[in-house]
Amino acid sequence: MTTCPEKIIRFMDDYLDGDLDPKDEAVLKGYLESCSDCRKIYHELTKTIALVQSASHIKAPGDFVQKTMQRLPKERKRGSAKRWFRQHPFIAAAALFVLMMSAALFTSFNEDQQFAFTKQPNLQVEGETVVVPEGMVVNGDLTIRNGDLRVEGELNGDVTIVNGQFMASSGVITGEIEEIDQIFEWLWYQIKEISKDAAAIFTADPADK
Amino acid sequence: MDALVNKRISKVLKGDHQAFAEIVELYQHQLFHICYRMLGNRHEAEDIAQEAFTRAYVNLHTFDQQRKFSTWLYRIATNLCIDRIRKKKPDYHLDAEVRGTEGLTMYSSIANDDQLPEEELMRMEVQERVQYEISRLPDKYRAAIVLKYIEELPLAEISEILDLPLGTVKTRIHRGREALRKQLSNL
Repeated sequence: MTTCPEKIIRFMDDYLDGDLDPKDEAVLKGYLESCSDCRKIYHELTKTIALVQSASHIKAPGDFVQKTMQRLPKERKRGSAKRWFRQHPFIAAAALFVLMMSAALFTSFNEDQQFAFTKQPNLQVEGETVVVPEGMVVNGDLTIRNGDLRVEGELNGDVTIVNGQFMASSGVITGEIEEIDQIFEWLWYQIKEISKDAAAIFTADPADK
Repeated sequence: MDALVNKRISKVLKGDHQAFAEIVELYQHQLFHICYRMLGNRHEAEDIAQEAFTRAYVNLHTFDQQRKFSTWLYRIATNLCIDRIRKKKPDYHLDAEVRGTEGLTMYSSIANDDQLPEEELMRMEVQERVQYEISRLPDKYRAAIVLKYIEELPLAEISEILDLPLGTVKTRIHRGREALRKQLSNL
C-alpha cells in the first residue's frame, strides 16, 4: 500500500463516495490498470462495502412499540398544563392578575381584624364599642373596624362600620351610615372607594387651575 | 412521509398519547437496526432504541417541524449509542449466546479491542464476522459507516445527524472503510 501514491488513494475514496469528477476518474482507471497493488486495494474496498451492505436488516422485537410506550414518563398532566400556558399566554396572564388582585384585597381584609376607629375628640370606648356620650358633639367622619357604634350625643359626619354594628341610638347623626360585614361588600366598598377617588381626581383637577 | 409524521407530532403535542405509538411504529425497525449495528447486541440495542424514543417524546416540543424527523431521531440514537460504547458498561447478559453461533457468548466479544483467535474468526459466518468487525471500529468511525453503508443515508444527512462538517464525515467514512478493508482482507 505504501507504494501507491497518496493521490490515487484519495481518488479512490472520492470515487467510492461518488464525487470524483470524470477527468480524475479516467486518471484513476488508467492507474489501476498499471498497478496491481492499487487494484488489490480497490477490489478489497468494494468487497468490504458489499459485505457491509449485505448485512441483513434486523427487525425490532414484536413487543417493541408496547414496551416503548410503557417506558414513557407518565407526567402528562403537568405537561398538558404547561402546554396550555404556553398556548394561551394572555389568558394565563389575566388569570394570574385576577388571582393576585383578589389575594391582595383578601389579605387587606384579613389584616384588619383588629378593633380600630378614627380618633376624634370626645369619643369614649366601652370594650369594643365606640360611644358618643350624651351631651357631647363629635365633628367629622368616623370609621370603625371590628367594633360597634352607639351614639347618645351628636355626630356631625358620615359613619362607616366594617364588621360591626350600629346600635340603636338616641343621639343625632347628620351624615350617611354604612355598615359592611361581608367580604363581598368589603370588596365592593373598596372598588367604589377607588372609583370615587379616581373621579375626585378628575373633577378636582380643573377646579385647581 | 414528513407531512404524515408532522401531523402525528402535532397530535402528541396536543396531548394525544396514542399518536406517539404510531411514530414509534413507523421508525422502530430502522432505529433498532442502527442501534444493533452500533452496539452489536440485541439486548442493548433494544434498550438504547427505547431510550431514544423516550427522549424524543420528552423533548418533542423542541423539534423544529421544518426539519426531517428521522434525522433528529437518529441523532438522539447515535449519541446514546456512542455514550454507551464509551462507558462500556457491561450491564447486558454476558451469558447470552451470540445469535447464530454455537458456544460464543458475550464473554468472548465484550472486549472489542482484543481480537478473537484466528480459528474462532474462521468459524464465524460472514454476516457475524462483518458485524464483529464493525463493532471493533472506533465509535466515531462506526457511526459514520453504519449510517452510510447500512442505513444508506446521503452524506449531507449524516453530517447533520452527527453534527459534523461534511469533510469530517467523509474522512471518518474513508478511515472506517480502510480499517474494515484490512480487518476483512482474509475473508
